[in-house]
Amino acid sequence: MTRTDGITAALSHLGRLDELAGANTPIARVDPRAKLVTTAAFLVTVASYGRLEVSALLPLAAFPLALFALGDVPLRPILSRMALVAPFAVLVGAFEPFLDRQPLGTFGPVVVTAGWASFASIFLRFALSVSAALLLVATTGLDAVAAALAWFRVPRVLIVQLLFLYRYLFVLSEEVARSLRAHALRSPDHPSPRLRIAGSMLGQVLLRTLERAQRIHVAMLCRGFDGEVRLRRPLRARLSDFAFIACWCAYFGLCRAANLPRLLGIAVHGAG
Amino acid sequence: MSHHLVRLEDVHFSYPDGTPALRGVSFELHHGESVGLVGANGAGKSTLLLHLAGVLFPSSGRIRVGDWPVTSETLGNVRRSLGLVFQDPDDQLFMPTVADDVAFGPLNLGLPLEEVATRLSGALERVGAAGLGPRPAYRLSGGEKRAAAIASVLAMSPDVLVMDEPSSGLDPAARRRLIGLLRSFEHTKIVATHDLDLVMDVCARTVVLREGGVAADGPTASIFGDSALLEACHLEKPLRLQGCPRCGE
Repeated sequence: MTRTDGITAALSHLGRLDELAGANTPIARVDPRAKLVTTAAFLVTVASYGRLEVSALLPLAAFPLALFALGDVPLRPILSRMALVAPFAVLVGAFEPFLDRQPLGTFGPVVVTAGWASFASIFLRFALSVSAALLLVATTGLDAVAAALAWFRVPRVLIVQLLFLYRYLFVLSEEVARSLRAHALRSPDHPSPRLRIAGSMLGQVLLRTLERAQRIHVAMLCRGFDGEVRLRRPLRARLSDFAFIACWCAYFGLCRAANLPRLLGIAVHGAG
Repeated sequence: MSHHLVRLEDVHFSYPDGTPALRGVSFELHHGESVGLVGANGAGKSTLLLHLAGVLFPSSGRIRVGDWPVTSETLGNVRRSLGLVFQDPDDQLFMPTVADDVAFGPLNLGLPLEEVATRLSGALERVGAAGLGPRPAYRLSGGEKRAAAIASVLAMSPDVLVMDEPSSGLDPAARRRLIGLLRSFEHTKIVATHDLDLVMDVCARTVVLREGGVAADGPTASIFGDSALLEACHLEKPLRLQGCPRCGE
C-alpha cells in the first residue's frame, strides 16, 4: 500500500467513531450529559491516584469495559486510536525506571523498582483515560457531546471551535491525500515528495483548505447556522440516567477509598 | 408580497483585488418560473448566485428576494426564502450522517422536533433518498450526494431554489434522474449551468451572462436557436439542436 492509499484509508476510518454513535444500544440511549458527567468523574478519579499506584487502578477498568460491552463498540477502532497516542504516554513515563531505582518489592525473581511502578501507573492511567474519552465519542457522537457541553454552559466559542476542528480535520486530510496522489502519479521514481516540493505543496494544501473551509462555512450560514449546536434528538434526562451517574460515581468513590484488589487478596488469603 | 420573487437592479460587483465580476446585472423572476443562467467560465454565474444568498453584497445596485431587500440585516429572512445548492455536494454535506445534514437547516430555523422529523423524511423521500438517512455523506456515490445536498436545502422549504452546476460530475442515468426531479419541483428555480440540454428540459426562460453583464434574456428555445449569440458568449447549441453528424439534418 502506498502512503497516499494509506492516508485515504485512514481518512475513511476517521469518521468511524461517529458512525458507531448511531447504533441503538443501552449505552447510546443514555443521555449525553450523564455520560459526559460520568466520564469527567472517571477522569478525575483516575488522575487523583498516587504516582506509584498500579493495582488500585485496575478495578476502574470496569467502566471502559462496560462501555465496550453495553455500547457494542468494536475493539479495533478504539485500540488503533489509542495506539496513535500511546507514544506520548511512553515518552512521559520513559525516564521513570532510570530516575527512580528504589526497590519497591519483588515479583518472583524480579525486583520491581519505584520507577517501573510509576511507568506502569502512567501507562495504565493513559489507557484508562484515553479509552474512556474515545468511548464517550463512540457511544454518543461528537455533536451530542458538544450539545451536552453547551448545556453545562461551556462557552459557545469553545464548542464551535471543537466542532470545526473535528470537521476540518476531514477537509485537511482530503486535501493532503489529493496532493500526495497528484504528486505520486507524476513522480513515479520518488513517490514521497522531497523537502523543497513538500514545502510548496503544504502551502498549496493550506490555501486550498482555507478556501474549502470558507465554502463549507458559507454552506452552513446559508442554512441558518448561528453558532448554536442543535440536535435532532432532544436531550431528555430520565431516572435511569441519574442512576447511571450515581452508580458509577459511587463505584469510582469505592475504588478510590479502598484498594479493592488488596482487599480481595486479604479476603482470599483469610479464607485460605 | 410583491409580484416579483427575485429582482436585481443594476448590480455591480468587483472582487477585493479589483477584478470586476458583475457589471450592471438586472433581471426579475416571477413566482413559479424556472430560469437557466448560462455563460462562459468567468461570466459571473457563481458570483451572481452568491449575491442572491447574501454571501456577497453588490458594490452598487439592489437585490430583492421575496419581501426582503438583501442586506446584512435581512439575511435570516432571505436565506429562509432562498435555498442555494452548491456546485460541490462535499461542501454542503458536513454533518456525520445524511439525516443530520438534512435536519441541520430546519433545526437552525428553530422548528419543533416533530416538524424537523417530518421535513427530514419528506425531503429525503422527495429526492428519492429515503434510505440514505443514517449513512455518512462521504460514503455516498456522486448521484446520491447530489440528491442529499438538494434534500438538505428542500427541508428548509424555500420559495426559490438556486442551483450551481447541478449536473456536474453525474453519470448519464443520475443526470436523467436529476432532470426528472427538477421538473417535478413547483419551486421557482434558478439553475446556473453549462449543461444547455438540461436547461432545455427544465427551464422555460434563459438568462445569458457575458463578462459580468446580461447578454440576453428570453425564452430558452429562441435563445438557443440564436447561433451568433451563443458563439459570442462562448456557448454551443444544445446537442439535440445540433444537426445530425451523419446526415447533417
